[in-house]
Amino acid sequence: MSSVTSTTQPVSLGRRIKRFMSDQPLVPLVILLIALVAVLQILRPGIVNERWLANTIKFSIPLALLAGSQTMTMLTGGIDLSVSTVATMAAFIMASQAAAHGAPVAVMLALLPALLIGVANGIGAGVLRVHPLIMTLGTGLIGAGCLQVYQRTVIATGTRIPDLFTWLGTGVTFGIPNALALFIPVAALILFIQKRTGFGRLLYAVGDNEKAARLSGAHYWQVILALYVFSSLLAGVAGLLYVGLIRAPSSLSLAEPLLLPSVAAAVVGGTSIFGGRGGYTGTIVGALILTVLTTLLTILQMPEGARRVLFGAIILLVTAVYLRITEDR
Amino acid sequence: MSSFLRRQSWVVGLFGLLIVLFILTKVIQPGYGSGDFGSLARAVLPYAFAVAAQTVVVIAGGIDLSVASLMALTSVIAASMMNGASEEYALFVVPFVLVVGLLVGALNGLLIVVTRVPDIVVTLATLFILQGAALMVLEAPGGAAAEWLKASIVGTIGIPGIPESITAWIPKALVVLLVCLGLVWIPLKRSALGLSIYAIGSSELAAFRSGVSVARTRIAAYAVGGLFGAMGGLSLTMSTGIGAPIPGPYLLASVAAVVLGGVTLGGGKGGLVGPIVAVFILRLMRTDLTLLAIDPNVTSIVEGTVMVAVVMLGAFLAMRERRP
Repeated sequence: MSSVTSTTQPVSLGRRIKRFMSDQPLVPLVILLIALVAVLQILRPGIVNERWLANTIKFSIPLALLAGSQTMTMLTGGIDLSVSTVATMAAFIMASQAAAHGAPVAVMLALLPALLIGVANGIGAGVLRVHPLIMTLGTGLIGAGCLQVYQRTVIATGTRIPDLFTWLGTGVTFGIPNALALFIPVAALILFIQKRTGFGRLLYAVGDNEKAARLSGAHYWQVILALYVFSSLLAGVAGLLYVGLIRAPSSLSLAEPLLLPSVAAAVVGGTSIFGGRGGYTGTIVGALILTVLTTLLTILQMPEGARRVLFGAIILLVTAVYLRITEDR
Repeated sequence: MSSFLRRQSWVVGLFGLLIVLFILTKVIQPGYGSGDFGSLARAVLPYAFAVAAQTVVVIAGGIDLSVASLMALTSVIAASMMNGASEEYALFVVPFVLVVGLLVGALNGLLIVVTRVPDIVVTLATLFILQGAALMVLEAPGGAAAEWLKASIVGTIGIPGIPESITAWIPKALVVLLVCLGLVWIPLKRSALGLSIYAIGSSELAAFRSGVSVARTRIAAYAVGGLFGAMGGLSLTMSTGIGAPIPGPYLLASVAAVVLGGVTLGGGKGGLVGPIVAVFILRLMRTDLTLLAIDPNVTSIVEGTVMVAVVMLGAFLAMRERRP
């Protein structure tokens, strides 16, 4: 129908561009990313090289993984604010157990609290219908407390990051960051779940119209429980990778600075915080945009305060413009 | 009376819990006296204002992630303006800072209305902006506060005709808190604007169709939230004597106390009394755990567990009510 009207009535170029962008919501994001890189290159000629690219990707990956948790939970209209605690717990436990028990056991132990917090979040949000914001905030708080108590007990043993994670976090092979060896399979898994599985469709369905989803036979609590467990485990993996990158194994607030940016990356990437709309591809571009933006603000050598003001203003601007472009149909 | 109790059952329950906690405190520490109560009231002050700010916004169906940053900003503005200035100058600083808070809050609301971006995202962005602005005002903790401002929350109020043994239990900080909250909240709740705030939180569409200007009400709700936030910022400067540009833990605490206080996220329900009582409960619990000589790190576990358990209980009760 619309194709008929568009052939009989000439449509102005501006409207055609707008329609194209609203059909392909990824295009304006990629354009923004390229524009930011271009600005960076103009401000500091020669900065955009192989090494810079590898570094940007390295720092984007932990953010993109945490933002993956946010994307998945936001699709159902939820949010997961416990990811930073889960990531920090996983990193710290892995580093403190690796010395005594070796890497494989340490990783298993590290993902245990992630599993527990995920199950608690899922039961709270799915079965007892507590608002996910409150539930994940609370479990995050509990987790942070447990971590501090745990830290007391292992203070003597010391921490060590297994070579595997240093290799993954900081290593570069032929100009390609090794972290991609972990990230590409994980991202493919998330995209596969979202696009190709019944579970993924249920996430969109529950977020779009929970009642309709339930009436058409979806078991709400099972979907939510599985979702939050997955989200938490993803955050745990992100923490393991991040500690390899930052190499501060004894930090108890390792991933804390990534919490709000992870929400921002998902939002900038076009995922609706009310559920039902969005996807992980946009989030990955969103995480890259935020990382490039941080570099840009750093090389401008502005005072810390002005940098934060600009960061906030740009997030708001991008989201507002993006919303206008994609929602106007 | 019984219908009042039933309607306010959550708040009454909270009051009961607070009394139990006070008795418990007295049992743990028989020496717990009026002086300790005074320091509790002083410690509660910034939290209570943060919670009040969050409550108004949540009732209107929104959420304000920028509340702690706004407190930091107003605190550093007040502290740097009063630095080296005369005592009388503070008489000008206080209203100025309150107006700044009001305007920043209104700006939050305006951005939400104009950009149509969800509340949580807009206030996430303004969180960064206000944090940065605070750092631009003052890079490191510093500044000063007028002596009379600092003195206004220390000590107790003496009322002629009432014996000292009773007035000792009325710390100035508590009076300041109740007066400031009451002066804003009581007229607001009785006005048409207050009703509109509840209306848009309850159902935006229904409010719109009954002639409420949703946009204007939303901006007003955020402005009142900003005003309470500025009071919180001022109280920080008053109790510490300086301004710190790094936001304190007030965001999480405010959301937790709002929910504990019986205000549903999503809006339209609850009042200000519940969340304020909830703040006292949370702070007193912390005092008790300290008195029991429990590791302060365990305290945050207990706090988180109580918060989650209470909210789960509330959700469970609401669920049973829905299917009788």
